[in-house]
Parts: sequence; C-alpha cells; structure tokens
Amino acid sequence: MIDITIEKNLKVYQGKQILKINRQFLSGSITKIYGPSGAGKTTFLKIIAGLISPEKGKIVIDDITWLNTDAGINLSPQKRMPGFVFQDYALFPNMTVLQHLEYATGDKDWINRLLLLGKLDTLTDHKPTHLSGGQQQRLAILRALAIKPKLILMDEPFSALDPEMKAELIGGLKVVFKGLGATVLIVSHNPIELEGLVDGELYIAG
Amino acid sequence: MDLSPIWLTLKLAAITTLLLLIVGLPLAWWLSKGRSFFKTIIEAIITMPLVLPPSVLGFYLLLAFSPQHGLGKWLQDSFDVQFVFSFKGLVLASFIYSMPFMIGPIKSALQQLPASLAQASYTLGKTKWQTFKSLLIPNIKPSLLTAIILTFAHTLGEFGVVLMIGGNIPNVTRVASIAVYDSVERMDYAAANTYSLILFAITFIMVISVFVFNKYQAKSPLE
Repeated sequence: MIDITIEKNLKVYQGKQILKINRQFLSGSITKIYGPSGAGKTTFLKIIAGLISPEKGKIVIDDITWLNTDAGINLSPQKRMPGFVFQDYALFPNMTVLQHLEYATGDKDWINRLLLLGKLDTLTDHKPTHLSGGQQQRLAILRALAIKPKLILMDEPFSALDPEMKAELIGGLKVVFKGLGATVLIVSHNPIELEGLVDGELYIAG
Repeated sequence: MDLSPIWLTLKLAAITTLLLLIVGLPLAWWLSKGRSFFKTIIEAIITMPLVLPPSVLGFYLLLAFSPQHGLGKWLQDSFDVQFVFSFKGLVLASFIYSMPFMIGPIKSALQQLPASLAQASYTLGKTKWQTFKSLLIPNIKPSLLTAIILTFAHTLGEFGVVLMIGGNIPNVTRVASIAVYDSVERMDYAAANTYSLILFAITFIMVISVFVFNKYQAKSPLE
C-alpha cells in the first residue's frame, strides 16, 4: 500500500497555487494521473521520487516512511530509487544505449530482456543523438526499469511513440510490471492511450 | 640565449592550471547549483581579477604577504614560508588571477546541463560524486578543455601581478613576459623578440587548439 499526503506551494504565472493531494494506491496497481497543464502532475511525481521537497507531507510505501515533514524524515532519491521516466527523457549524451542500462544495473540477462522489450537490441552502441524520438523515449523507459523498481513513476512516457509501437510496448510493459510487482503512476494527457493498462485514475485539478 | 624564463613560465602555467582544475571543478559545481547571496559574493570575488588592474591585485598581495607584518609575517614565523619574491608567490598570484578563466566556462557549462540529467542518475541510486564523475564531467568536456587551455594561456601572459609580487629574479620569478620587458629595458631587442615570438607561438597554438577541438560546438569556444 502506498499512502501519500502532500502539500506544496507552486509558483505559477501571476501568483501562487497550492498542490494538495491525499491518496492511497494499492500495491501492484497502475494509476493514470491527468489534469490541465501546470496543475502540478510532474511536481507530484518528483515529490514522490524525493527530487522536490513539499512544504508538508507524508509518504509511506509498504510500511516504510519515505517522507514525514513533521518527524523530519526525508529519504534521498538514492534511497527511494523509484523507476522514473522523465518527460524530457533525461538521457545521458555521453552514453550509448547499452551504457545507459549498464550504468543502472549489472544484471546482463535483465538488460538483454529490456533491450528486446524496447526493440533497441540492434542499437546498443548508439548514443542518444543518433536515436529517433521514439527510440529515445523507449530507452528512457528501459533505463527506469533497469533497477527493477517497486515503484515506477512515468511522466508522459508514450508521447513520442506511434500507435503500433505504443500498443506493443504497453503489452510488454504490463507483463514486466506484473513480474516486478511494481506500483505504477503514469502521467498522461492522452485520454485513450492507457486503456486496458490502468486500473485507477487520479485527477489533479490545479 | 637564456631560455630559463620560458621554462619557468611553462612550469608556472602547468602548476597553476593543475591547482585550479583541482579546486575549480568542485567550486564551479557548487556555484552552478542554486543561488544565494553568499554565492553571489563568492562569484563576484572570483570574477574581480577579470576587471581589476593586475597591479592592484599584485599590490594587495604584496601587502598581505610582506614578511614584515600581518599574514606574511605569521606565515614566515610559523611555517618559514615566504610568498613575496618567490616562485610560490607567483603560483599564488596566478592562481587568484586566472581563477575566473577556469571557473567561468565550467560553471556555465554545468548550468546548461538539464537538471533532469543529475536527477535521473540519483533515482538510479548513484551518489552525487558518481553522478559528477560519470555523467556531468563527461558531458561538459569541450568547456572543460576551453577552461584548461584559457587558464594555461592566461597564466603565460601575466605581467603586472607577477612583477608586483615576484619582481625580476632570474630562475625564480623572471617569467617570459618579464624577460621581454627586461630585455627591452636593456635595449636587447633580439632577446625580447625571441621571448615574444615563443610566447606568441605557444598561445596561438593553444587558442587554435581550442577552436579545433571544439569544432562541433556551434557557439564560440570562448563562451
């Protein structure tokens, strides 16, 4: 079970806005997060990852407290280790496809399985600048999965994929998520792209 | 022809560049992350040698490290270290004088990297040091090279600050730029010309190499 209560002041154009979320997620569930631009969807994911600190909040993941502002607990991202897919991919320009995955894990079999999943097995020695937008996005997903995370946070992870590739990848991801026993939160603008994958929704109104 | 000023200059530039690289990398990294009033002050101090007349910097270094009083006397009495009119003093002066050339390019390159790059590394469980070493440094290589070469070349060209704190002692503080001045004073234009030509050639090659190494960068290598 994942229990999240947070309060964060957002700086928005002309003034301030408070992001307030109080929500539980079942372990192993896949939740779609949606809402208008600037509502704080990315901020919400980054708060869970420990990359942004909220003014107030409590995050408990399977009985382990990641954040409790009242008790002064705030685990670093290194200790939380969520699988995080960044909206801008955040790929490492100096590393090849294979090096990205080797940077994250030493498990060769797992790397090979991921490369097949993302259809990047023939591009292992390519650097990000020599990959298409869709290939870059798939690499970002594979890198997040490489650490076998129990919690996966994905920020618009399928926006650059064509419908065919998207459907195939989502089918494969479903199996991987299940195998990892991971809880997944996916930010998406597209109302239909996650159909059949998610089992819950969270609307962030802003 | 006495080539010792050339060797002394190269030695000074190499030591200064190495020291500034060791100190400058972490300092530039620290400065690149966030802003505070304290950081602004530190950055202003580091940038001052760019605009301050070298003789002013040299004058204050001379006062500060004069073995007759204050800090200089304490260093002399406690550690038997004298910065004035010594090679150590030249290194110290060059270190301060060339600092903006090392810190500036590295800091702005680190600032231009997207924040999500380091964040992605942290979520993979990597420490700040691992991230700095394996991710940030390799991705600012062109700027790092620019910083190293500019620092080296700038140290070669020092005159005022070196003259103030080091004077003109053969084999100790007489670097090439001082030797040019000294030769002209003695009307030995042939020697002045030789020193000048060597300095000109070395700095020209260094600046050319920045442009060549950074040829894939669309912007000016001096940024």
